[in-house]
Amino acid sequence: MRPDTEQELAEALRGAAGSLRIVGGGTRAIGRVPPGDVLETGALAGISLYEPGALTMIAAAGTPLAEIKAALASDTQRVAFEPPDMRRLLGREGVATIGGVVAANASGPRRIQVGACRDHILGLRFVDGMGRVIRNGGRVMKNVTGYDLVKLLCGSHGSLGVLSEISFKVLPAPETQASLCLHGLDEAQAVAAMAAALGSPYEVTGAAHGVIGTGFASVTRLRLEGFSPSVAYRLRELARLLAPFGEAELEEDASLSRLKWQEMRDVTAFADHPFVARLSIKPSDFAGLYFDAANLFFARPPLRRGFDVMLDWGGGLVWVAATARQLAENAQVAPDRGVEPELHGAKLLFEYLQSFCAVECGHATLLKAPPGLAARVQPFQPESAGIAALTRGLRAKFDPRGILNQGVMG
Amino acid sequence: MEMPVVDAAVVARKPALVAALQQVLPQDAVIVETAELRAYECDALTAYRCPPLVAVLPRTTTEVSAVLRICHAMGVPVVPRGSGTSLAGGALPTGDCVILGVARMNAVLETDYANRFIRVQAGRTNLSVTGAVESDGFFYAPDPSSQLACAIAGNIAMNSGGAHCLKYGVTTNNLLGVTLVQMDGTVLEIGGPYLDAPGLDLLGVICGSEGQLGVVTEAWLRILPKPEGARPVLIGFDSNEVAGACVSDIIKAGVLPVAIEFMDRPCIEATEAFAKAGYPMCEALLIVEVEGARAEIDAQLGLITAIARRHNPVEIREAADEDEARRIWLGRKSAFGAMGQISDYICLDGTIPVSSLPYVLRRIGEMSAQYGLGVANVFHAGDGNMHPLILFDANKPGDLELCEAFGADVLKLCVEVGGCLTGEHGVGVEKRDLMKVQFTSEDMEAQLWVKDVFDPGWLLNPAKVFPLDVTAERRAG
Repeated sequence: MRPDTEQELAEALRGAAGSLRIVGGGTRAIGRVPPGDVLETGALAGISLYEPGALTMIAAAGTPLAEIKAALASDTQRVAFEPPDMRRLLGREGVATIGGVVAANASGPRRIQVGACRDHILGLRFVDGMGRVIRNGGRVMKNVTGYDLVKLLCGSHGSLGVLSEISFKVLPAPETQASLCLHGLDEAQAVAAMAAALGSPYEVTGAAHGVIGTGFASVTRLRLEGFSPSVAYRLRELARLLAPFGEAELEEDASLSRLKWQEMRDVTAFADHPFVARLSIKPSDFAGLYFDAANLFFARPPLRRGFDVMLDWGGGLVWVAATARQLAENAQVAPDRGVEPELHGAKLLFEYLQSFCAVECGHATLLKAPPGLAARVQPFQPESAGIAALTRGLRAKFDPRGILNQGVMG
Repeated sequence: MEMPVVDAAVVARKPALVAALQQVLPQDAVIVETAELRAYECDALTAYRCPPLVAVLPRTTTEVSAVLRICHAMGVPVVPRGSGTSLAGGALPTGDCVILGVARMNAVLETDYANRFIRVQAGRTNLSVTGAVESDGFFYAPDPSSQLACAIAGNIAMNSGGAHCLKYGVTTNNLLGVTLVQMDGTVLEIGGPYLDAPGLDLLGVICGSEGQLGVVTEAWLRILPKPEGARPVLIGFDSNEVAGACVSDIIKAGVLPVAIEFMDRPCIEATEAFAKAGYPMCEALLIVEVEGARAEIDAQLGLITAIARRHNPVEIREAADEDEARRIWLGRKSAFGAMGQISDYICLDGTIPVSSLPYVLRRIGEMSAQYGLGVANVFHAGDGNMHPLILFDANKPGDLELCEAFGADVLKLCVEVGGCLTGEHGVGVEKRDLMKVQFTSEDMEAQLWVKDVFDPGWLLNPAKVFPLDVTAERRAG
């Protein structure tokens, strides 16, 4: 099914005989693959309003993100929450759509400064599981009229309704950007350096840490954006502030800085890892991830660490990835002959990550895994009984027949 | 203002209710005497008053849970109350309700600079959240005009904004998590000191739900490092249209000021007479504030004033020092008080697309002539959130009704041009009956589902937000 209009979409949903799998551009869906016929939103496309002076745009849900970015670029504006392009990481093809971005609440490194996708969506039109067309929010920046269903739908992974139109806030694209790099910090030092930077008044719009290449040299990268003199000034001040963490390399070439942040945003460093999960935690809790892993779970040699990590959002977002070899070695911690070692290692690792988050207050979500893992674990962090009951109740209202992306969020 | 008929059966159970509440709360936390209940008969929408059956002032989440469990079991409606500063009647009681005030829950529970959050009890006032962290160079960004008095609980209920949300966003953008007590007494933690809670964004729908989904007793709030400095510039114009065009040009130029405030002539005249801030007498006035280090501020203000000069301003006044900055803000900050000196007024809160500003201001002027009531406009121009103040005489019979009819017409106009009924004050009882102007019955029904799920018995603040006829069946149970 590929409806051309919202009305056709509503009819398709009203007439649906069974479960439906909702697909935008097919580039970023995660979780269990829902059963049923595919319902594509790609034909619901086009920008219907763009007011640069009001910082707002309205587009049909299937509008390609690239088309939106191009339209904004012509007025030196941008989608500020920096939605990642997940195609390399997830091995997907296709064209990312704005609807898919919203359904996944997909936000990039700039999330720490400007907020998440959900903070930029001003209004929605969507069709619920019974084919009812519902509108919420609007096209203005400040709106507290009635309940904020926009937030509820944003990040609901197509499980409450099928988005048809999205109105969102855009922001001016800054004149330039630069990065400050610190080399050779371990994760704990990096988290401390990033906290110092984010606690400064210099308006850091990206704070990430990772190991590049096959060596052990880590890079902690901080991004500044704005008018050139301002960026230059803040870069100097930030270097002074972070002097205790070592000598900073100033990357003042805007295009190089942009490229590096794009790689971070898209997590391309982990594109060849068969296992990738993302953790959202309190940055200072990160230290425990290795400590617990080393002491409680991955105590055995040969691997000191059964996974690779990169940090974004100042350490609030942790990308955890494992190579096939790491997965197989993890499997030896608690062997299970009946299961493929890679799959078994991935299961042990992911369960460890979720139990860590359950204790430390946060969540772990599975993005990419060896075939079969999604069915053996809960790809989204399990919720407390009270919250799960509310979630079930809401789904029963918006999709009483339970046909929309069934089971996608567990 | 129509309110639901008081449930006589509930009123009859008052002695049993009071006895049950006194079992779970200290003596000073249960207020039953008529004279004392007067303090809770209204919020800042003072035109409407009704003493509640009982008021309770719990000190802990456990006490809140116990109160709600009792009210749930006895079928008593509960109206949560922060500091009672709602301009929309969000905390207006009914005669058969328990007012649940969280004002005594005002502690700071945790401050964490490395992870940049603070956890507070929800009765804490907005300004005192910043007060708890500012000596360490941090602040809590949302700054409603009532911030000295208003509580975080009320900010969350109404998703409050403020003058600086052009850059920093409103409450929902600065809220990380809450402890929520459901009507049946269940205590839930939703979100927490991390970004983007898993699963459905329940936090997002709780924020702004006007106390209808649960009682928020604690909150994790994002705190931000204070900017190095801030400086306003005041720009006067000889027409509203030109000032509106200037706002649009500033935004298009890629500068993002922290605030762009707008005042029209009636407002300038009134505040000048009251606060003597030394404003130029002109048709429209903008206050634009930027942040950063001195050199950055100079550069941004240079750009802004260059744009303003293209619009033939009557005056441009940059603050040279702290004192001048204070004087520039003085008039704006005393605008509401100043208007109150010269007349009774109601304050509207519609939002419009910034591009419609000149048209909407012109239409409001025409309506003002039609209704024979004066209007002063003062608002957050950068985000289109208008606050027309409609002046009336409370002692003149029929004037309040006339004023409300005028207000309703203005809000309908806001919706007509693509905006909304309320940008930051909330619907409450004030705009409840206008919801049908903005939403179809399907749109509203979808919102009601959320309340059905969180509060199946429709006992929490039930007479607010949605038109009474729309919710009648649900409220009847």
